Amino acid sequence: MRARALLTGLGSALALAACTTANGADDTSVKSASSSDEPRSVFMGEDGNVPFPSTYKAYPGAATALVGATVYDGAGGRIDNGTVLFRDGKVVAIGASNTATDGYQVIDGSGKFVTPGVIDIHSHLGDYPSPSVPAHADGNEATAPTTPDVWTEHSVWPQDPGFSRAMANGGITSLQILPGSANLMGGRAVTLKNVPSRTVQGMKFPGAPYGFKMACGENPKRVYGGRGRKPSTRMGNFAVNRQTWLDAIAYAEQDDPKRDLGKETLVGVLDGDILVHNHCYRADEMALVMDMAKEMGYKVSTFHHAVEAYKIGDLLRENDVCSAIWADWYGFKMESYDGIPQNAAYLQREGACVVIHSDDENSIQRLNQEAAKAQAAGARMGVEISDADVIGWITLNAAKAMGIDDMTGSLEPGKMADVVLWNGDPLSVYSRPEKVWVDGALLYDAMDRKRRPVSDFELGQPGMGDVK
Amino acid sequence: MRKPLFASAAIAAVALASPAAAQDVVIANATVATGDGSEPIENGVVVVQNGKVTYAGPAAGQSVASSTLIDARGAWVTPGIVSAVTDLGLYDVGAVGASNDKSAGSSRFNAALDVAPAINPASQHIKVSRAGGITRALVTPSHGNFLFAGQGAVIDLGDDANAVMQAKSFQMVSLGERGARLSGGSRTAAYVELANALAEASAFAAGNWEGEEALLTRADAQALVPVIRGQQQLYVEVERAADIRNVLGLKRKYSRLDLVLVGASEGWLVASEIASSGVPVIADALDDLPSSFEQLGATQSNVGRMRAAGVKVAIGRMSGTTDGHPRSAAQFAGNLVALGKVPGASGLSWGQALATISSIPAEIAGHGGKFGVLKPGAAGDVVIWDGDPLEVSSVPTRVFIDGVEQPLSNHQSELAKRYRDLDESDLPKAYDW
Repeated sequence: MRARALLTGLGSALALAACTTANGADDTSVKSASSSDEPRSVFMGEDGNVPFPSTYKAYPGAATALVGATVYDGAGGRIDNGTVLFRDGKVVAIGASNTATDGYQVIDGSGKFVTPGVIDIHSHLGDYPSPSVPAHADGNEATAPTTPDVWTEHSVWPQDPGFSRAMANGGITSLQILPGSANLMGGRAVTLKNVPSRTVQGMKFPGAPYGFKMACGENPKRVYGGRGRKPSTRMGNFAVNRQTWLDAIAYAEQDDPKRDLGKETLVGVLDGDILVHNHCYRADEMALVMDMAKEMGYKVSTFHHAVEAYKIGDLLRENDVCSAIWADWYGFKMESYDGIPQNAAYLQREGACVVIHSDDENSIQRLNQEAAKAQAAGARMGVEISDADVIGWITLNAAKAMGIDDMTGSLEPGKMADVVLWNGDPLSVYSRPEKVWVDGALLYDAMDRKRRPVSDFELGQPGMGDVK
Repeated sequence: MRKPLFASAAIAAVALASPAAAQDVVIANATVATGDGSEPIENGVVVVQNGKVTYAGPAAGQSVASSTLIDARGAWVTPGIVSAVTDLGLYDVGAVGASNDKSAGSSRFNAALDVAPAINPASQHIKVSRAGGITRALVTPSHGNFLFAGQGAVIDLGDDANAVMQAKSFQMVSLGERGARLSGGSRTAAYVELANALAEASAFAAGNWEGEEALLTRADAQALVPVIRGQQQLYVEVERAADIRNVLGLKRKYSRLDLVLVGASEGWLVASEIASSGVPVIADALDDLPSSFEQLGATQSNVGRMRAAGVKVAIGRMSGTTDGHPRSAAQFAGNLVALGKVPGASGLSWGQALATISSIPAEIAGHGGKFGVLKPGAAGDVVIWDGDPLEVSSVPTRVFIDGVEQPLSNHQSELAKRYRDLDESDLPKAYDW
């Protein structure tokens, strides 16, 4: 058993996250008083900062009152003819039509809908950007079955035009960029605010915990088995994973060990500072992974893709593990053969946590539609889920699974003003974002063509600034 | 036109399927969308007799007498959806090579490859698509090792052994980046390969085939003869505006080519030229990313702009879905309607959007009026929906193909029934079926 002392990092990590604001650069640059106060996964640089600190600062925004719209708060609440107030980057109030709007610029939302900014928990924007050319393929360090030492933020190209499409058509305000699934342990994932930026640091979500990408099943065993090396089977997958965890535990027990990038990430997972996002399709395999996590003393935050999660909704609920899934993808590989459109609804029926994800630069533009599809599939099998709860699948549940739900994901006073005004019911195919605010700053406006981000790559190209 | 091989199969299939023979069906009190581009008709009636539509329109003046009378209670009724440019029926699991007949990269042949015998009418993807309201499809081979991919077929998705209604309906060729790569690394090579292939096919047609000296195999040269004669359509995968112009220019040298553009992400930049050529387009409707250097101008307004310029446009491959699943066709069409509310965007009316996944792909494939539309003489492919057919929350409740009501169950629906609950208190789930 690992020394309990290793767990002391957990509390301080949460404290760090909680006190971090939109102006996170200041907070994350606080120098640690002693190593025991600091998460073991965060080693300060010579300059006294965490490595690659977020430089994101909210852009200016007007104090805004959205009135008359149907409001889904992301946490399961719905207000018809509601009012949402935000200023200085924060939600101030959400309430009925009689909420006072003095001092706010009023936007009439009659016939429209308001939701929190949509969050995609599974994206490769930036690390597999457009144009999709080999020179841009930076998502899989497929040179060893475990690469916990790589950080996906070092692969993110901020000029990926996909970020702007995700905002304009999908209302995406935050997203997690994951390494690919070639490796059992693919590396650290990074959470971004969906803001155009010259640097990835300018997009990093202040105070968001890191994610850690793992993958079970076909991909790792195919990639490495195909090269005649371990793992070539599912049992090989588990053997390599378990030994890697044992080595990390041994490392954690050393006094003042030599720095090791991979081990630091693994210790961060063992300490609970870094959240595990585990690509896994089959129910039986997810059950094994949850037991491996118990054996080694870490927790899986979320299974990604999880097309068979509906077979074990009870287990997932008991283990408090989210499932980040597509609405209806199936059949493209053996382990996706049993995918059904009721996956999300059946999980919800069991009280398990549902997140709708994209893993795709096109589908990220339609997460709202995918959620609606999954909702309807459940209703036809007698599982009725309210529209307000379904919006939670692409907002607050994603935020919870990413460890940022105390900052965003729902429209609650004090949270980041990440807000979408939709021109109709967001669960309808006929609706699109009309305005998108990130931390209270209007960064997309369908009614103003200059309020449309155009990446450097698109300048001077056919269709520059076109509606997309 | 059915090949003799399939004619005998058809007779056997009809014999086996006799219990489910075409019914005479009258669907009344329906919201009828005929698929021809017009807007829906309230309180409409659809009549199917002997497997064909005999009436679709307003209820007024209709005398209704039929073996089967369905009161739709206001539900939406459309023609069966037509999936253009799909690999439906060619694979079970995409990544399981043995189950996947989409392409043949190690084959000695290319243009001669014919999807017809590879189509599995019992494929789960066909069953799932049928349950999604798809009744016909233009099945297309994927590219292997040459710029010609082979010949596609028109199929129906009926629950019988006879899926192929027209084999060798079209030839597939790629003349953009993919064609360049498959020709040795450059568009320069692709155009020489194309010219050579058509020249060898012409020689073959004229009885001057050079045999061992030729670069194409006998089978491939022979397969291209109907293309150069304009008897078989040539589907050209092409995206960039400049490439589209080049493809349209092929008609100057090969005047009989019956061209269809597939993809055409930058079609809006050359929309008037496409329109004046009369060449139709099967577009990737929602592509809006510069995913390659041949799609820099991609926008979701592409379809709307091309249509406004007079181009005949259907919706084909669907990016960002599970293997471009035909089941997503209605969602993609609905998204084009959504663009109508976005300032500066070009979308489609509801009726036009439905047409891009029903009558227009049928017309492009040379079957205009034969399916994909509710009008007298068309196949009795009729779908009753539980909501607006283009809305993501809607699915069919009943599907008819050639007047025969279709089963809607499949692997997915059985799994959904089994896992309706997780109760194993009496027996394991394996006994729940």
